[in-house]
Amino acid sequence: MTRLIAFLALLLAAPVMAQDQLPPAPYAYRQLEDPAQEEKAQALMETLRCLKCQSQSIADSDASMAGDMRNQVRQRIKAGEEPEAIRAWLVERYGDYVSYKPELTTLTWPLFAAPLVLLLLALLLLRKRFVRRPDAPAGEQA
Amino acid sequence: MSAPDEKPKGRKWAIWLPLVLFGGFFVLVMNGLIRPAARDVESAMVGKPLPEFALPAATPDLPGLATADFKQGEPRLLNVFASWCVPCAAEAPQLDELRRVQVPIDGVAIRDREQDIARFLARYGNPFASIGKDDISEVQLGIGSSGVPETFVIDGNGIIRYQHIGPIMEGDVKTILVEFDKAREPL
Repeated sequence: MTRLIAFLALLLAAPVMAQDQLPPAPYAYRQLEDPAQEEKAQALMETLRCLKCQSQSIADSDASMAGDMRNQVRQRIKAGEEPEAIRAWLVERYGDYVSYKPELTTLTWPLFAAPLVLLLLALLLLRKRFVRRPDAPAGEQA
Repeated sequence: MSAPDEKPKGRKWAIWLPLVLFGGFFVLVMNGLIRPAARDVESAMVGKPLPEFALPAATPDLPGLATADFKQGEPRLLNVFASWCVPCAAEAPQLDELRRVQVPIDGVAIRDREQDIARFLARYGNPFASIGKDDISEVQLGIGSSGVPETFVIDGNGIIRYQHIGPIMEGDVKTILVEFDKAREPL
């Protein structure tokens, strides 16, 4: 039991202690010299998930790993790589989870189809309501 | 009086529907709160070759680490760690145990300083054959690792065969050994 508690305490302590002493990577907090490139990098970074603080993008996060990911993104953009190629590089390593950009895949299509289906269903149901039935008294129309 | 009463009679149970829906929703939310889903991000690189890298030595006593070191025909463990990471200290005895049964282990020190690594190894023991210093998490990102510590089984052809997320605890040693033996057979 003591060991379990000690281990749980370790798990809790990890984020607190996870502070390294190294200075950040070159492009973690520095913008690219070319504004057009920086704009591309920024747009991409806002749609990439920080793997440490998982509901933040790497553009928002101060985790050192997010800094290293920004450095990676900016250096690749600087080298002329296309943003979508960098996204693909990360997805190849971490799966779709790393990208915030919605993708239409065999897994996600119901998310895109459901609103359309519901809309059609609603129209179908309402259609009857909009038709005035000749035999019904006018007062009972919904 | 009787006419309006009769109409909804068939659907009397429907009055309970909102409560049932609420109950279902409540159970769902409480379940998510009490047993949150795992937040581990598994590497998609298992089954794929290691990326090309060549890291400088992290301590004066041990060599650095490069992709070529993993292509010598025998499987090895690649341990992603850091001296500033507390769970990494917790797995030190287990790494030592693995080394004692002839499992070669190489380390990748993430965002670490030489003096801190030296102090860490002096305090918790040194199970590593070599340690590469990764100051910009280049190798970590390259192999799809999302934290420290993580341990990868690499086969003799440099193919990533297994990923262990988090510290290796007592119960994990066996799994690691099994995966290590599996990695003796090429894919």
